[in-house]
Amino acid sequence: MPVSSLTATDEALLVAQAREGDAKAFSELVRRYEGKIFRLAQHVTQNREDAEDVLQETFMKAYEHLDQFQGNSKFYTWIVRIAVNQALMKLRRRKTDKSVSLDETIDTGEDTVVREIAAWDEDPEARYSREELGQILGSAIESLEPPYRSVFVLRDIDELSTEETADALGLSVPAVKSRLLRARLQLRDKLTRYFKRKGDDAFAYL
Amino acid sequence: MLTCKDFLKELSDYLDEALDPAIRGKLEEHIAECPNCWVITDTTRKTVQIYKGMDPYPIPPDVEARLMAALEKKMAAKQK
Repeated sequence: MPVSSLTATDEALLVAQAREGDAKAFSELVRRYEGKIFRLAQHVTQNREDAEDVLQETFMKAYEHLDQFQGNSKFYTWIVRIAVNQALMKLRRRKTDKSVSLDETIDTGEDTVVREIAAWDEDPEARYSREELGQILGSAIESLEPPYRSVFVLRDIDELSTEETADALGLSVPAVKSRLLRARLQLRDKLTRYFKRKGDDAFAYL
Repeated sequence: MLTCKDFLKELSDYLDEALDPAIRGKLEEHIAECPNCWVITDTTRKTVQIYKGMDPYPIPPDVEARLMAALEKKMAAKQK
């Protein structure tokens, strides 16, 4: 049996046990996903304290509503949906004058996000220490608008499929795709500053 | 003839290998002739790879301890 389906069966079993009131099974599910949920919460709220609240609220709600989990999506997709909702509520509370939603109309119009074109080193990360690299990658993500950020984190860091991401965020598949493209292009643009081959000058494009 | 804008629209699906072979072929023809789009494709692919290779995110021990304590309290309350 391939590892992935073993894990899936195992997870279905854990969910079933947790539903029966098995605290150990639920704790095991929490341990599997707490790191990812905390990371996602930090990316969306951009605030460690809020992210910790979101983390706790997510698993509390998941525990309370475990009987509503249908089992036709992955458990992780289901808790991501809870986490995203909690995180957006935090954002809304913080910016009371401005409503925040992942559904807000975002500009996917004609303005281009490709500003710099320069070839990168073959091994662009090699120039930086792990810490430096972490900071560069982290601050690039933080500079994305929330609707792009969540899609990018789920698709390219957590490696959910397009459909799973759409499901978790309550978006259509085309919306996920267009936001992912914009997120990738914006990040590419930002990272070019750090990773471009020395001696290559960037030039304006489009 | 594909323009650079047409190309960019398909870039994500191209990188994810989610395109029909016919469209894929057209994009590859474009990259072969357009150095700018070649660079954008190469650097966007590297962007995605770098993020995929990021270290797993360890949850800070104090955050985990508080989460587990809160959950245990909740689970104990439910079992009463």
